Amino acid sequence: MSEPLLSTRDVHTYYGKIIALRGVDIDVHAGEIVTMIGANGAGKSTLMMTICGNPHPRQGQIVYDGRDITMMPTHEIMRLGIAQSPEGRRIFRAMTVLENLQMGASLVDPKYFDSDLEKVFHLFPRLKERIKQRGGTMSGGELQMLAIARALMSRPKLLLLDEPSLGLAPLVVKQIFDAIRELNQSEGLTVFLVEQNAFHALKLAHRAYVMVNGKITMSGTGAELLGREDVRAAYLEGGGH
Amino acid sequence: MEYFVQQLVNGLTLGSIYGLIAIGYTMVYGIIGMINFAHGDIFMIGAFIALSTFLLLTTILGISFLPLVLLVVLVVSMAFTSAWGWTVERLAYRPLRGSFRLAPLITAIGMSIVLQNFVQVSQGARVKPLPPQITGGITLMEGSSANGTIQAQLSYMQIIIIATTLVLMVGFSLLISRTPLGRAQRACEQDRKMAALLGVNVDRTISLTFIMGAALASVAGLMFMLLYGVIDFYIGFLAGVKAFTAAVLGGIGSLPGAMLGGLLIGLIEVFWSAYFTVEYKDVAAFSILAIVLIFMPSGLLGKPEIEKV
Repeated sequence: MSEPLLSTRDVHTYYGKIIALRGVDIDVHAGEIVTMIGANGAGKSTLMMTICGNPHPRQGQIVYDGRDITMMPTHEIMRLGIAQSPEGRRIFRAMTVLENLQMGASLVDPKYFDSDLEKVFHLFPRLKERIKQRGGTMSGGELQMLAIARALMSRPKLLLLDEPSLGLAPLVVKQIFDAIRELNQSEGLTVFLVEQNAFHALKLAHRAYVMVNGKITMSGTGAELLGREDVRAAYLEGGGH
Repeated sequence: MEYFVQQLVNGLTLGSIYGLIAIGYTMVYGIIGMINFAHGDIFMIGAFIALSTFLLLTTILGISFLPLVLLVVLVVSMAFTSAWGWTVERLAYRPLRGSFRLAPLITAIGMSIVLQNFVQVSQGARVKPLPPQITGGITLMEGSSANGTIQAQLSYMQIIIIATTLVLMVGFSLLISRTPLGRAQRACEQDRKMAALLGVNVDRTISLTFIMGAALASVAGLMFMLLYGVIDFYIGFLAGVKAFTAAVLGGIGSLPGAMLGGLLIGLIEVFWSAYFTVEYKDVAAFSILAIVLIFMPSGLLGKPEIEKV
């Protein structure tokens, strides 16, 4: 197989003295949707942020597109074509939808802005209706759509999504997962998402990892993991709506 | 009536200077949540650089065309003062970012003392006079009173100060609200971690904020020097405290608030001195600040912190 687009090797991340990641190895190949499932506090969001250089790992290596990005500052990593819709969405609440999207396009040549805007509005028509509205006044589902749209405005090669389904109604979750699938199929966008909502995530993903307490404990195709009794018991009981 | 109009003009002039300094406090607070106590001294440095440049141009180089001199003074003073502002941030604040909250506050006070003492030692402690450069004005009103005629005058100097402030404030507001740089600054104010995730160089944006604040303070320093004709190493302290008060009164973190607060503090001070006693003008200004903060804790235009979950 060709070189992965993103790979982490033996990544250890600490918050002060507390260890959050205990040697994480993952690979994400170009064109794939890869998901990582795990319980609250397993270290999923920490891995997402470690990939983006905040915090930096204390040990191990992260390679993206053939380049060692382990110790690069966050804003330079993002320049290489990685975008993240982070935990908690982190929409700029005092800014309008349009301004949030403009922030997403900070690093992109302004000549692409209008056509990119049309694209994300096609994906999430709700945002177009709210274009002048401030981030702080929107619903959870709209905020999540905006967070993904903002990430897409940077024209990423690799999209990192941290719990896009958290706190959303099933119908909205479906809408968002459909959009992710569409982006992957029509544009070949590589997606790495972490989820507690394991059922949808595993159905969507080509490959998947399970993280427990800062370590990868299982990996396989989405369907494989979905079929395993232990995965179902640990992550799907009551979650598979 | 003439007396009232005259005081109004004086108050607006003084308020303009406070407003320009207050912007520096409010922007730095907005972006890194810290009171830059050395900002008043940056204003003082601006006034000294302006005076030095002015004397260099007029007495040593012998240039006598005043508009050209003032323009060069303005540019040089803004450039050097900005460099000071940048250096202070780089040396005293950035290494402590992410440290506990009081640490940068202490270094800010330290920086303020350093700047004052540096100017005192290098320039001498005595006041530096500058003869009035821009004289004359327009008589707005004329009337008679028991003591003879009374005039309301708008001097050319006051016109220059108010007009410059107006232009700078409008330009600056547009810069913050309309340009990508301003947007990046607002993004850093709201969520630095997210701004970095969108490729914003947060350190550079913070540096630029200090540079802008210092540039505006240097304009205030130049105007202060021309208006009052005397400066010393200590002017930054009181002007700084007043401008800080203005920023808090208007709502710290709010740009229009800083401008409004500056004008109000200037007006309160001048009117109190004119109608009551000049000795208590600072008491009046600070009392009004205290009263406003009791009823509006986030200032006149500040947004209360609402945590939406």
